Amino acid sequence: MKILAIPGSLRRDSLNRRLLLAAAESLPPDVEFELFEGLRAVPPYDEDDDREPAPPAVARLRGAIAGADALLVATPEYNSSIPGQLKNALDWASRPLASSVLRNKPVAVIGASTGAFGAVWSQAELRKVFAATGARVLEVELAVGHAAERFDEHTRPREESLREQLEEVGAALVAAAQPRVALAAA
Amino acid sequence: MSTTLDTPHVDAPQTLPVGAWTVDPVHSQVGFAVAYHVGTFRGSFAPVTATLEVGEDGEAKLTGSAAVSGVKVQDENLSAHLQSPEFFDAERTPDISFVSTAIRPSGEELEIEGELTIKGATLPVTARGRVGEQQRYMERPYFGLELQAMIERSRFGLNWNNPLPNGDPALANEVTVTAELFLTRA
Repeated sequence: MKILAIPGSLRRDSLNRRLLLAAAESLPPDVEFELFEGLRAVPPYDEDDDREPAPPAVARLRGAIAGADALLVATPEYNSSIPGQLKNALDWASRPLASSVLRNKPVAVIGASTGAFGAVWSQAELRKVFAATGARVLEVELAVGHAAERFDEHTRPREESLREQLEEVGAALVAAAQPRVALAAA
Repeated sequence: MSTTLDTPHVDAPQTLPVGAWTVDPVHSQVGFAVAYHVGTFRGSFAPVTATLEVGEDGEAKLTGSAAVSGVKVQDENLSAHLQSPEFFDAERTPDISFVSTAIRPSGEELEIEGELTIKGATLPVTARGRVGEQQRYMERPYFGLELQAMIERSRFGLNWNNPLPNGDPALANEVTVTAELFLTRA
């Protein structure tokens, strides 16, 4: 089983990137983890460009999603909502709606912020967007507030409770992806 | 001069016609109607499979099902949305089905109690409708059954909504489900 992790923030020291790397450590050993690094390269969505062959960065995004059994997305919150580049990437990935790589894909949304609320509003909007794309959105939430203080220098959570929460998210994602993995193997 | 005077009067059936009946899929459908925004949104499922067994003692049983993938609406993106986990979740629950528990004909009218399964949730429903007069075509007997029931979609886990600008929900919870069945000898 393979989980693709997408950080919604582009900066090198992104807290959401750290959160995903911490989540990777909490996954069962037989689960393959891939961090998607190509978000920055995705061009602005333009229906005139939405044809075969897709722009290379879009093809990489779609290929990475298609090759994963589930997605784990960690989003920051910009102006109470989703970062534009993340939304833009999902708009590309969601096309065409009836056969997109997001269709029925199990997705867990988590988030981190420097403030107290851990990007809860952005997470809610992101779940709504994923549901509209036809993805299977898990009813899990992990809002990591004051995130700058919650990881050590090796990206490990300082608190056991956060480690446990990440384990729960990972377990829920693996459970949701299991029927698809079984179906693909049959 | 009226020819209707020569037509013998036929009493309305007090029971359903005895025997095993099956649905003519070309002329049968299950439909739904739900208040949306300023009007009523309608769609249907086809093909439908259904059988009606009527014993000599008048005891009858109706069973039927339709594939969620057979949803018919005006737009392919809407069809894709209806099949997604946010609505019917065709991947995990590919069919909707009905099994009657009691059928009470009364002249041209009838009432059917049964269990309706949508998105994996099985709930009791009561449908009311009309029984058409039995007719023969090419030596084959036919009769029609028209049923209507009201359900609350949220009870089956179909919770999607969006607020209108005035704050009201765009899509109503109450859904009228109809079945128009052409039945012929099994």
